[in-house]
Amino acid sequence: MKRRLGLLALSCAAFGAALADANVIGPAPVNDAAIQGAGFPAKLSDFAFFAQARAQMPSIGVHPYALNTPLWSDGAEKLRFIYLPQGTQLAADGTELLKFPLGAAIIKTFAFGEGADRRLIETRVLLRRADGWVALPYRWNAEQTEATLALAGGRVDVVTPAGEAISYAIPNKNQCKSCHGKDGQVIPIGPKARNLSHQWLSGMAQSGALDTVPEGAGALPDWSTNATGPAQPLARAYLDVNCAHCHQPGGGASNSGLDLRWEQSDAHAIGIFKRPVAAGRGAGGHEFSVLPGQPDKSILLYRMDNAEPGIAMPELGKSSVDRQGVAVVRRWIAEMKP
Amino acid sequence: MNRLALAAALLSTAAPLAAETHRVAPGVGGADRLQEALILAAPGDVIELGEGRFALIDGLSLDVDGVTVRGAGMDKTVLDFTNQAGAGEGLLVTSDNVTLRDFAVENPKGDGIKSKGADNIIYHAIRVEWTGGPKASNGAYGIYPVESTGVLVQGSIVSGASDAGIYVGQSRDITVQGNIVRFNVAGIEIENSRNALVTGNIATRNTGGLLVFDLPGLPVMNGGNVILRGNKVHDNDTPNFAPPGNIVASVRRGTGVLVMANDGVLIEGNVLENNPTAHVMVIAYTQPYDDARYNPHARNVIVGPNAFGRGGDDPQIDGKEQLLAAFGGALPPVMWDGLSESPDNALKIASGVTGWSLNLAKVGQSLAEAQPGPLTLTPTEISMFPAVGAPAALEARLK
Repeated sequence: MKRRLGLLALSCAAFGAALADANVIGPAPVNDAAIQGAGFPAKLSDFAFFAQARAQMPSIGVHPYALNTPLWSDGAEKLRFIYLPQGTQLAADGTELLKFPLGAAIIKTFAFGEGADRRLIETRVLLRRADGWVALPYRWNAEQTEATLALAGGRVDVVTPAGEAISYAIPNKNQCKSCHGKDGQVIPIGPKARNLSHQWLSGMAQSGALDTVPEGAGALPDWSTNATGPAQPLARAYLDVNCAHCHQPGGGASNSGLDLRWEQSDAHAIGIFKRPVAAGRGAGGHEFSVLPGQPDKSILLYRMDNAEPGIAMPELGKSSVDRQGVAVVRRWIAEMKP
Repeated sequence: MNRLALAAALLSTAAPLAAETHRVAPGVGGADRLQEALILAAPGDVIELGEGRFALIDGLSLDVDGVTVRGAGMDKTVLDFTNQAGAGEGLLVTSDNVTLRDFAVENPKGDGIKSKGADNIIYHAIRVEWTGGPKASNGAYGIYPVESTGVLVQGSIVSGASDAGIYVGQSRDITVQGNIVRFNVAGIEIENSRNALVTGNIATRNTGGLLVFDLPGLPVMNGGNVILRGNKVHDNDTPNFAPPGNIVASVRRGTGVLVMANDGVLIEGNVLENNPTAHVMVIAYTQPYDDARYNPHARNVIVGPNAFGRGGDDPQIDGKEQLLAAFGGALPPVMWDGLSESPDNALKIASGVTGWSLNLAKVGQSLAEAQPGPLTLTPTEISMFPAVGAPAALEARLK
């Protein structure tokens, strides 16, 4: 076993050397100074996260990953990466968020269209600096050669995979924090051990990029089973990933009292027979967030199934309705015993 | 040498010396320039909004401590959200010691200005208005500080909110003074909050003027120590246009002051005129709840001397005709549900205050079982009430 690992490491090193040989100049290493410095780099390429940006081919030390149940953003394709500085590793914290070393970065690119028609819209980066995480949005140019810092966000006309023409919103820097903020600090959301596959975590651990694979890793269901899988875990996973970053104690919507985290087991806290507080017309004339057996009388589903600002939930990162998400949550509420 | 030393001393002591003023004018790219200024501001900076209209498609947000956002006046600088396409409010503030003053927010799709977890915030001479008048499709709250300690809202105007014009929730140490709230469902609402002073406001043409609520199932509860003093609450006669499902949708058209649950509310020195259902209503929370932390009773509520004008003459209450006949054409100013947790903390009234009671026996009882009759409470001297309100430093900051 030990020998096989040794061989693997050797072959990796050889592969790296071959790569370096193949390119006369060699892929630029990731720019640690840009990640850890105090400023806001003007261009995405300043970080050198990608060997080939258009193709989203990562540089050395940049690890692609995927989530069991992903955040839905108007159906955008998401390309996710974690960068770890040389000699550092992630640390598991039970099924919760992985712990990132200083100088790490999380990179997420949003794209629409398929194959040769794929258009990169924006890349969001989270940088682990000495004084905490910093979130920055970068907007791709029409030529797809560079993404530039878009502190104030912006809008781009896109056609979603569902065929809807929408005005897609790139969040501004503060809106990054609206979702990524907890108790006033910016934190990552996605890479929780429970929402990462056991296989990926094992691979990271084997390569030394993660200290250990924790128990309960990969517990969230695989969203690709959403049409037929059991509704309860799918719905709770969906709400955890799409809603709980705000709807939890310390989150952006803490004052609502609605807590949609995966681990929350109190029925009232997840909305069952919970009356609205500050929903305004978002309540849609309904009395409860979730009325068991009655999806069409549940505020939670009403707001998910709506794209109008002031009513729609989530408030950010949504210009159209996620039909699959609505179907799963509908099934979950309908199956609930009144 | 001396001058250098002086400069050095100034630099080392006074942070405001380093503060910059960033001027942002409306016009092409105005929305982006404004949002960028809000992001790039340093603590202590002033963002000065030029005269004119900023056309906004997305919500704005501020997350830097100690920033002042200042317009040229509530009728001169307008943040126009008529074509807003995203976000839950017009402006969101999530940092401490922020001052917002002298500008307007028009037609936001959700709330007007929300400040969350934003301690020591000032709203001064702000106007939030839904210009189409009262409509259920208007946003919920105009001025919306929540989960904050130290809140001062003054000299502002809010009109058209489909919930509350000025809503302070889950907060403490609050002053709401000298504002005009009109054509909202609730003019001013203090909810699940402590130590609030509501004074010198004009609440008119709302469904209900001033509301003090404590609700179950929220992270912050046990609202109380609220003083409503010296407000003019008149002609609150707009039919309730709140979207159903919200708690304020149950407010009767023509309510002046409504206290629901809470521990310690003093109502004194107000002028109440032409509120056709009731000038003052004191009730328990009646809906079912499952929250061991919650007390549904209105406790230690005191109705002191107030100037009660005409009112209670067209109440939105079942059995209106019989009630009006029984009370000689108009209901007396104070309506109580008759529910108290204990005789010690039941409703108290000052000498000369009259009212009527539903004489209900227990919380949640049907109104059909009410046995209306005149208030038979013995007037009492007003006992000590704690001093409440925002820290004095907030008002001082405006000078």
